[in-house]
Amino acid sequence: MSIATPEFGTAGPEAGARSEDYLWTLNFGPQHPATHTTLRLVLKLDGERVVDAMPEMGYLHSGFEKIGEHLSFNQYVTVTDRMNYISPMANNVAWHGAVETLLGIELTPRCTYIRTIIAELARISDHLLSNGAVGLDTGAFTFFLYGFYQREVIYDIFETLCGARFTNSYTRVGGASHDFTPLVIEKIRIFLKNFPKTLNDMERLLTRNRIFVDRTKGVGVLTKEEAINGGATGPVARASGVTRDLRKDDPYLAYGDLDFQVCCASAGDCYSRYLVRMQEMRESLRIVAQALENLPAGPVDVGIGQRVARPTKQQVYSTIEGTISHFELSMSNRGFEVPHEESYAATEAPNGELGFYIVGDGSENAYRARCRPPSVLHFALFPQLIRGHTLSDVVAVLGSLNIIAAELDR
Amino acid sequence: MPSMPLAVDDILAGLAARCGAVETSVFRGQTRVVVPEPRSFEALAWLKEQGFDLLIDVTCVDYLEYPGAKHRYGLVYLLVSTATNCRLTVRVFVDDPDPTVKSVVPLWAAANWLEREVWDLFGIRFSGHPDLRRLVMPQEFTAHPLRKDYPLQGRGERHNFPIITRDHS
Repeated sequence: MSIATPEFGTAGPEAGARSEDYLWTLNFGPQHPATHTTLRLVLKLDGERVVDAMPEMGYLHSGFEKIGEHLSFNQYVTVTDRMNYISPMANNVAWHGAVETLLGIELTPRCTYIRTIIAELARISDHLLSNGAVGLDTGAFTFFLYGFYQREVIYDIFETLCGARFTNSYTRVGGASHDFTPLVIEKIRIFLKNFPKTLNDMERLLTRNRIFVDRTKGVGVLTKEEAINGGATGPVARASGVTRDLRKDDPYLAYGDLDFQVCCASAGDCYSRYLVRMQEMRESLRIVAQALENLPAGPVDVGIGQRVARPTKQQVYSTIEGTISHFELSMSNRGFEVPHEESYAATEAPNGELGFYIVGDGSENAYRARCRPPSVLHFALFPQLIRGHTLSDVVAVLGSLNIIAAELDR
Repeated sequence: MPSMPLAVDDILAGLAARCGAVETSVFRGQTRVVVPEPRSFEALAWLKEQGFDLLIDVTCVDYLEYPGAKHRYGLVYLLVSTATNCRLTVRVFVDDPDPTVKSVVPLWAAANWLEREVWDLFGIRFSGHPDLRRLVMPQEFTAHPLRKDYPLQGRGERHNFPIITRDHS
């Protein structure tokens, strides 16, 4: 279908006003149940067809990057929880991964495996919600509830692990706040056993569902060139045929040891993004299963020699090194040795490449803590995906891009 | 894109040949190159031709309080080649009173919103940007809050809300 697309935003307000008098302008959001979070779209409609869209953000801006300059590396992890709040564990892992890159800390093998497991569980819970939301917005409520039930199981695992269901703040510089207990491992094993069944049910509900396929196939097509040029990463880029996954291309944590596949599609439409996410959940299950069975023994935190992670109570009370290390880490003028340098480290978060560009100035706070959120670039792609489609496709495209406004605005 | 992707050393040498003296450094395996501001667009366009097709991020650091800093603002362009997975960080330094760089939107569409965010939060003007409006702050906001001379608390808070006291409620 070919529809004349006037330059929205770039042309002046008077340009071509006469010929566009019949067009409707619709405000979608900032408060709308189908935007899921607080974002706004100004849609230009010709009847039911979207001629152009202007995405608007900033309604949830809370200055996270400014706060990051005033909190220490361990404190800021609580703020990263609130970025992509449907998979906070992935943000924790990304933040402390970047801090450890800056400080040059080598993690213990157990810690890398634990972080891998929780990051993959976070990916499953994120994909369940984003695919569930696409289903919900196109009329499949059961699918969403199946997904949400399993998210609850993952929340329960995280609660058993660190005491918080939602805003976990689990990682620490050089380690994690809690070690895996036998109960946590047991719960993850039960999840690994039960989840494939639900996943099969979910696939049977929606993957070949005629209504869903009609609503999503060929809708919101993003070509490979557009995806790369527009900076798309993660499932959005992979659904367009970009074979880029940081877990394979730039292995961090324990991904280099584990066997998994990168899921790609070539059509680049909403349906492909749905399929990529569904398949990625299966791969994540494989990763979790392998990592859990090969979980190395030993400490989670790095040793007291590196002087970044707090020593255990046993070490503090029975060794002089532990006492000194604990004392110095608690002093405001001792703490970490931060180089006068800057570095960027990224992880493959559920939404795409989530990276932090951190500038160290020798103090315990970052001089600059830039978060590279995948959602911003995906949201900027929205107008070109929706042009020519109908109003009801807006929610399908928005859901399949998985825009999280808290991460968008920070 | 060339048929054979270049190695990082060749790219840096080529960049130095095109844009005069460029300063390079490596930290934690990340190669960084400083490009002089007047040649930044040229340098980035050349890098894109060499296969750096994915612009990961455009951001900025305000070095006002940074010990030993020579310039006020340092822009950061994070480039990746999707073919070789080679990463390169390009730095461009600009100074007050009128920090301006050439926009890279003609090269990467991804730069559009990223540069708007830098303009919004740091007040760095991107010449040639098609739509340089604020991205996250309200349009009527007057300051650039991620600058180091902007305080964490106090200024600009609730600037457009009426303050209702107990007596006037």
